[in-house]
Parts: sequence; C-alpha cells; structure tokens
Amino acid sequence: MLCRTAADLYWLSRHMERVDNTARLIDLAHRIALLPERPSPGLDNPSPWGRALDALGRAEDYALRHGALTPARVQQYLILDADNPSSIYAAVHAARESGRAQRGAITSEMYEELNSTWLRVRDLDFDQLSSDGLSQFLDWVKRRAGAFRGVTLGTMGRGEANEFLKLGTFLERADSGVRLLDVNFSDPRFGQRAEERSAVEYYQMSALLQSLSAFETFRRVYRDVLTPARVAELVILNQDLPRSLARCSAAIRDAVMSLATSRRSETARLSGIMAAEIAYGRIEDVLAEGLPSYLARFLDRLYKLADAIRDEFLLNTDVVTE
Amino acid sequence: MTSFYDEMVDGDGRTRPHYAAFGEWLARTAPQRMAQKRREAEVAFHRVGITFAVYGEKSGTERLIPFDLVPRIVPADEWRTLEAGLVQRVRALNLFLHDVYHAQRILETGIVPRELVLYNEQYRPQMRGVDPPGGIYAHVAGIDVVRAGIGDYYVLEDNLRVPSGVSYMLENRKMMMRLAPEMFAEVPVAPVEHYPDLLLQNLRSVAPAGIENPTVAVLTPGIHNSAYYEHAFLAQQMGVELVEGPDLLVLNDTVYMRTTRGLSRVHVIYRRLDDDFLDPNAFRADSMLGVPGLFAAYRAGRVTLANAVGTGVADDKSVYPYVPDLIRHYLSEEPILNNVPTWRLRDPDDLKYALEHLDELVVKEVHGAGGYGMLIGPAATRAEIESFRERILAAPAKYIAQPTLALSTCPTFVNAGLAPRHVDLRPYVLSGKDVRVVPGGLTRVALPEGSLVVNSSQGGGTKDTWVLER
Repeated sequence: MLCRTAADLYWLSRHMERVDNTARLIDLAHRIALLPERPSPGLDNPSPWGRALDALGRAEDYALRHGALTPARVQQYLILDADNPSSIYAAVHAARESGRAQRGAITSEMYEELNSTWLRVRDLDFDQLSSDGLSQFLDWVKRRAGAFRGVTLGTMGRGEANEFLKLGTFLERADSGVRLLDVNFSDPRFGQRAEERSAVEYYQMSALLQSLSAFETFRRVYRDVLTPARVAELVILNQDLPRSLARCSAAIRDAVMSLATSRRSETARLSGIMAAEIAYGRIEDVLAEGLPSYLARFLDRLYKLADAIRDEFLLNTDVVTE
Repeated sequence: MTSFYDEMVDGDGRTRPHYAAFGEWLARTAPQRMAQKRREAEVAFHRVGITFAVYGEKSGTERLIPFDLVPRIVPADEWRTLEAGLVQRVRALNLFLHDVYHAQRILETGIVPRELVLYNEQYRPQMRGVDPPGGIYAHVAGIDVVRAGIGDYYVLEDNLRVPSGVSYMLENRKMMMRLAPEMFAEVPVAPVEHYPDLLLQNLRSVAPAGIENPTVAVLTPGIHNSAYYEHAFLAQQMGVELVEGPDLLVLNDTVYMRTTRGLSRVHVIYRRLDDDFLDPNAFRADSMLGVPGLFAAYRAGRVTLANAVGTGVADDKSVYPYVPDLIRHYLSEEPILNNVPTWRLRDPDDLKYALEHLDELVVKEVHGAGGYGMLIGPAATRAEIESFRERILAAPAKYIAQPTLALSTCPTFVNAGLAPRHVDLRPYVLSGKDVRVVPGGLTRVALPEGSLVVNSSQGGGTKDTWVLER
C-alpha cells in the first residue's frame, strides 16, 4: 500500500476518534461544572474548563486568542474553532478530507457517513447549538462517531487498510483516555482525604465513568462503591472496557503485529512493551508511582510509538527487493 | 437552414433500421416512466460522484455532465470502416512521432514544413534519440470523429496527450444496462466493459525490456484535477496504485513508489499529467506535481511513460492538415477516414480567404483544447467576429480555419421532449504490441438548440454509444 494511502487512513480514523473524544471531554467538563462548588481553602481551585484545555495542551493557545475563561467561549473553542486541531469542527473536516482523498481505499458507505457528518458540522451555528442544548449536540456527535465505526466494521475489508484504520483509532483513543483521566485527577483537591471521600470526588469520578461510557461496566465488575483506586484500575488496567488504556494498548499491538514486516521491528518492540506492562500491571504499583507520573510515562510511550509508526510505515525508504 | 443528417431518423422521417428496436422501446415506454429513468440516472451519477471541475468558473465548481437516455447507435458495417480508419491513422501518427524524434526524414521530404515541427511548442527536443519500447508514443489515443453533410465520417481532431472521457464510456454503459436492461437482450450491442483489462494488458506490453512481471501505476495531478474521478476509476478498475508525484522517488534512474513495506519499483506509468509538469529537473522547474529525475529514468529506458513525452507535436492543430499525407507516406495507403478541409492561416492565401469568410468558418487556436478560444462564425455576433479578427491578425500562424460542419444530430431529451441535438464521437485507440479499438466510445452531445460545441466544459452532455455486432 502507498504510504500516502496508509497515512490518510491512519489520520482519517485518528480524527474521527478525536471527534468522539473531544465530545466526551466537553461532556466531562460540563458534568463537573454542574457540580456544586465547594472550594477548598488554601488550594488552587481551577475550573473544569481550564483543566480540559490543559489536558488537551491548548490552554496557551486559548489564552492567547480568547483571553478569559468563560464556559461558552471554551465550548465554542472546542466545538467550532477551525484553528484548534482538537475541535470537533477541525477534526471532522480533516477526517472528511482524508476520506475524500482515499475514496478508492474506503467503502462508499464510509465516505457517505463522513460526508454527511461534515455537511452538518460545516453549517453549525454556536448560538443555535447552545439554545438546543449542549448535551443534545454532544450525543449527536457521539452517535455519528459510532455510526462511522459501525459502518467501517460492517463494510470494510479486513486487509492492511483496515489495520491502519484500527491503529489510528486506538492510538487516538489511548491518547485521549490519558487526557480525560488527567482532567479528573489533576484537581488538586482530589485524593486529599482518601479515607473520607468527599461528595465532589464522588461526582467527579462518576462523571469520568459516564464520559467513558464505563459506569455500567464499573457496577458489573466491582459491585461496590466508587473509589479512586477502583476507577483508576478500571480505566487503566481493565482488559474488557473498550476505552481502557489496557484495551487500547492491546489493540494497538495487534494492529502493529499484523502490519510489521518483522517482530523485531521498532514498532513491534515498542507496542509489545507498552501492552505487556499494562497487561501485567497492578493498581497498587500505579498508585505507588503516582498517577500523574504514570500517565506522563504512558503518554511518552505513545508519542515514541507514533513516531516509530511514522518512520516505519508512513515514510519507509528501504528498497523492497524484487 | 440546412437539414442535418440524423443518426436515428432518415430524410423521410422513417426510423433507420439499426434504431428500429430502440425506437419501439421508446414508443412503448410511458413518458412518466421515461422521466423517472432520467431522474434515476441523475441521482445515481451524483451519488457515485462522477463530477468534473470546470476551469474558469468560480470556486472550483463541481458539475455533473448531463447523461442522455437515447444512445448513439453505430451499425456494424460503419464501425468496421471506422475501426480500420482509426487503426490506420494512429499507426501513422506513431510512425510520424518516431521519425520526428529520430532521423526526421519527413522534414527532409518537405511533406511537413520543418519549422512547423521544430518550432512547435509541443516539440520536445529532449526526446530526440529516446527509444520507447516498441516505438510506441501514443499508447492511448482519443480520436474525435464527426459525421457531417450526407452522413460521411470526418476526423475532427486527434488527442494523443492525455485524452480523457473513457470513464464516461464505461459509466454510461453501466447506466444504460440498468435503465433499459431488456434492450441488451434484443440488440447485439458490442461490450466495452473490458476496456480496463485491455488498457492494463496494453500498458504491461510496453514495459522496459526484460521485465517479467511489470508493475503499472496511474499518475494523477491530484484531487483538484478536473478528471481526478477518471484517474481513480481507471486505477481501481485495473487494480493498480493511483499515485501522485510525491508518492514516487527516483534513485539511480529507477522509479519507486513509497509503500508501507518500503520502496517498490514501478515499471510503467500511465500518466495523466501534462509533459510540462512531469519532472521539474527536465521541464517546468516550478512543477510541484512531478517527480524529480523521472525523465532521466525514462531516457535511460528504466521506466515507460504512457503516453510518451512529446506526443503533442502530432496532435497539434497545425499538423492536423498533414495527417492524410503522413498516412500515405508512412503506410503507402490511402486514408480511410476523411480530414476536415482546413485553411492554415500561416499561409497568406488561406489567411486572406479566411478573413473574407469569418462569418461562415470555425476558427481554432492550433494549440487550444477543450473548446476554449475558438470562433464559430455563423453563431458569433458582428462584434465577436471583429475582435477575433484582430486576434488572428496579431498572430495568424496560431490559427486554422475550417468550414462549419453540419454535424449529425441524434434525438435527445430536452425540456420540451425529444429533439435533435448535434453529436460527435470519441473512440479510444490502444497501441502496444498491437493496435486495438474498443467497439464504442464517448458520444458527446451539444445540449443547447443549434449548438455545435459538444465539450463538457461548454455545456455538453454525453450518451451511451452502441456499436452493433451485426
């Protein structure tokens, strides 16, 4: 397969996954913002919108172009700002352009999904969107992303092209999974009094699970009360939850293994290590290291893997012997 | 007003025999049913996205080329003559190109004026001495044919660079089989669906010598090109990669494409990119679309380009008047197909005649293509004629003139119902190990009443073309 085709497919699915995850991030911030404020004296109390921008690494860009944090302005920035590569608008547009360039490599149903989502997003109006209700819009976005995944699963051949699509999907999902966790666990008030959990903590954890569509799974797996350790264990280490870091890492490794020409290649090595560490990890060790440090290390691994994927598949310059 | 030769109906208003079965189908299909079929065709073409971009219109407009439900039907015996004439013509043109880029004997004989070739913008001196496999230059030719007067065929124009439109030939056939399947059981229509297979065989047959299993790729300028749909379509139908310039890389005069498994060698490139943009090292240095080093690899015989570089010198309108003489010279045969009588305005006598008869002539730029920059005398206003006269006088050698041909008509659906509209025909000629013509082609139809311009960029539509097997 041409490198350009592989790159377009990889970015097509990354961007579609980003659409879904940006919606989930907004949903999470929105849920947390609705909780009653109980400022802890002596601590910095950043708004969830500020933490959402931080998690995406867009806080500086936002401050530069928009200044003060207001919920509506951050929402507009995350939904409609064409110059913010994490925005729903920019991600849908990028996905559709990749799809248009590779119409021959994807199915016509997939293209029609992309195209109709884009046509709707292109004509979005923020005032209209706000008056219709933010949650309703975010549900629509998640449904469109789900429809695209479903059409891909139901119509796309199981070849190399499909593996690049999967690679993009799970890399992006792992990346945003870390960011969602970060929004939650970066609240300095969090875990202050681990023994007697505050109501704020409870609602924040429940919001995180809901934004990851993981609330039901939590109940099924633990049949017990929410604790930070259990939530972290589920979201990071659980092999069943489709959005957990463990599930994403395993899916990335599987896609890489079916694409790599050799098991000794750099992508195979990096994805293998990442998946194995999570698969055999224990939540006690994660918490002992500290979540921020653990997540930063994981993110660093993801970046190195993404670089290796670029070098090995998307810019490969070894001559194939005839 | 002149009466035109109609493809379906004779001078006495009777349906010609080869249209009998279709005429009955038209008569027995209710108008509502027909309207429904026309809508169905439009919806289907939109969904598949067979659109093309029109240059010179605002904001890269994508437009659908209108499809008409009444096919152009060519009787078997007429096709046999056409086919023989097309093969003959393309063989002569390939021999001419080989000669022009080697010994140039044709210029010694004076059959074609030396300066007409050597000073032609389309002449590529870099091609002197290059030996393309099999001596083939125009691997894919689209020859525009019209029927005029009492029904004789004329060649209007040769397209030897990157002729397009073949995807419409294939899509139109698919559409007709969907809308009128019963007709294909009744009428012996020759199939065209194998064109991509023939094209692939043809391209593989001209691979550099000694390559057992050549890799073919289609080179496109990219998604913004007006014919991108066709490039993607042909690559997909042939099962080969559709590449853009940056996907290719030249190392040691060998062309590779960048794949996820590494660099993979390419032996034959069906390029849909003009000469100028192929290689910034050899041609236009500002080309972002081409591949640096491609031409050197080509000269070294390490890759085949189809069509070859420099074919434009043979399809130039200034060379067109000489094609019958080329056929006589290279093949020692009489031309089977007529040329349209042509005044070369570089010649003072011809110029004088043309300037006196501008209101009845068609004047074309010799390097123009696609119906841009031409004057149709009988349809032009006084002011348009006068302004064109000044353009001619400024550079007479840039123009040729031809009588306004009474192009044949074919019944076509318009708002008011069926009405005769002028048509032309572009069959596709493939040259490789042998020369083959797929029995069919692209029929273009000028939709405005009385219009003689069939180019899709000027509001033309298309029809399916049925060549009868008996």
